[in-house]
Amino acid sequence: MRPLTLSRLLGYCAMLGAVLFVVVVIALKMGAVPVSLYGLGHDLIRVAFRQSSQLSTEYRLIIFDIRLPRILLAIFVGASLSVAGSGFQALLRNPLADPYVLGVSSGAAVGAILALILEAHVALSPAIAVVFTPLGAFLGAALTVFAVYLLGRREGEIDTPTLLLAGVISASFLSAIIMFFMSTLTGGNYHGMAFWMMGDLSTPIQPLLGWILRVGFFVAAGTIYMTSTDLNLLLAGEQEAMHLGVDVRRVRVVVYIAASLLTALAVSVSGAIAFVGLLVPHAMRLLFGSDHRVLLPTAALGGAIALVVADTLARTVVSPSEVPVGAMTALAGAPLFLYLLRRRAL
Amino acid sequence: MSSSARHFAEAPQLNADVRLSVEQVSYAYSANPTQAPLFTLEATSFQARPGELVAILGPNASGKSTLLKLVAGTLDPLSGRVLLNGFATHTLPPRTRGQRIAMVQQESPLLFPSRAWEFVLQGRHAHGRSLRFESADDVLIARNALAQVGAEHLSDRWMDQISGGEKQRVILARALAQQPLLLLLDEPTLHLDIGAQVDLLATLRRLAAANRYTVVVVTHDLNLAGQYADLVALFQKGKCLRVGTPAAVFHRELLEQVFQTSLTVELGSSGRPRVSLPSAP
Repeated sequence: MRPLTLSRLLGYCAMLGAVLFVVVVIALKMGAVPVSLYGLGHDLIRVAFRQSSQLSTEYRLIIFDIRLPRILLAIFVGASLSVAGSGFQALLRNPLADPYVLGVSSGAAVGAILALILEAHVALSPAIAVVFTPLGAFLGAALTVFAVYLLGRREGEIDTPTLLLAGVISASFLSAIIMFFMSTLTGGNYHGMAFWMMGDLSTPIQPLLGWILRVGFFVAAGTIYMTSTDLNLLLAGEQEAMHLGVDVRRVRVVVYIAASLLTALAVSVSGAIAFVGLLVPHAMRLLFGSDHRVLLPTAALGGAIALVVADTLARTVVSPSEVPVGAMTALAGAPLFLYLLRRRAL
Repeated sequence: MSSSARHFAEAPQLNADVRLSVEQVSYAYSANPTQAPLFTLEATSFQARPGELVAILGPNASGKSTLLKLVAGTLDPLSGRVLLNGFATHTLPPRTRGQRIAMVQQESPLLFPSRAWEFVLQGRHAHGRSLRFESADDVLIARNALAQVGAEHLSDRWMDQISGGEKQRVILARALAQQPLLLLLDEPTLHLDIGAQVDLLATLRRLAAANRYTVVVVTHDLNLAGQYADLVALFQKGKCLRVGTPAAVFHRELLEQVFQTSLTVELGSSGRPRVSLPSAP
């Protein structure tokens, strides 16, 4: 008998934290403009000691104004998606559940496309204009989540097969709406739409949006983390959990809302990035076991690592051009998923 | 006072001794509220004391499992109530219920594999706060629970790699780790061979006596119930036909009518009834 201890949990997190640090340093180095590791280390130390004024302007622009914000975005989007995925998988007792199966990404895309169309017809102040499309995406995701939740209930309770089916059907209905609207878009907006459909981190986000993403992540992921022992029991079935003293109804509503919020936040700044929310939790389960007290923090770090790596590849493999990061995660994720499926590790 | 009379009105001074009191509890299930109910459980009453083993008997779809859910408090009764030490079980908050009532279900599906000791530690959930790490006490209690069902050697095994009988013991150990007042089992012998069945019931009998649990077992095995139960409640089509000691309930005509087959009932030397099929013609 070797129950989980705090020091073991912190050990795992420190390990993944170190991997994340290395990945971030490599991601900072890689890109169209080469940066030496030595120079990078030197500059990072300077910034740490608040001597950033000594850096060359060009350097600072590339490293700290372009690459670092994008890496930070990848970290929080990746972490949000995989924590949401872990939550949905436990909640729906389905190893294939992830944020996108529930139609959230399609809802976000519809919201974004409506915002894009609206933007062209109404005069907006610049402050609102920059958050207008993400806001549309967020509202679209939130509304879809709410609708799927209402559709997925039977006799006032969430019914897992009904909820999954309601999500899948809603997603295809919303995709049809997207196709309908796509035909009305032109030029630049059309490119913007591809961004929401495929998932992309290349568009810099407003600092305000960045803060909302970070605060939202810690609040929602923290809320899910507080239910982690309940989720462990929920995996054994709702009846079982109930008999072991879990307030199943409360846990279900709390986790569903928090995981949906995480997804909506991630989608509204990055579009629909596939497979991260599905595969990272499975990989972490294989490495560290299925105890949610370990799974949730390791999935957050693992999701961050996965998305930073994917995004670094997305902006370097066809340099100086770029692939959407969603294409990268799907390219790597789909074969990995099939491999795990055949090995019955899922 | 014989336990057979206990389901009738009772002298108040005896109530201090009663742990589980099922009082005129009934239930109706319908697919939608405008239709006539598809299934009803008619008002049922019985009482049990600490250390007693109650068997709920009857054919399939007779309402046994429904009654067990009503006793567990996870189903709200249509009328009546189930009292555990004076508290109605369906009004208990989930955590309190988890501390007082343990349930062993027919199937414990596993989505992701876990080791036996992890599984048993789940029984400690209701005794701790929402986010916490298991204490040395929890580990000790889990280890004792495994020992009580003779499964210490299974501690480090994976739950999906042990036999049905072994799995059932580990599930029982998890229920013991809850340190309940009331231990409920829904057809625990269903997938077990005859040796494991007898072993399980003997273990329950011993635990009820040693730990002063009140045990309620749903089963359709007449002989196991006859051998090990203090009290038997016989159900047919949602109606409780009779409650009493096995000797008082096991009458040939009654059992033949309920189970729709000819049977013979004889009293063993211990005063416990034995049911057998007549020899084939």
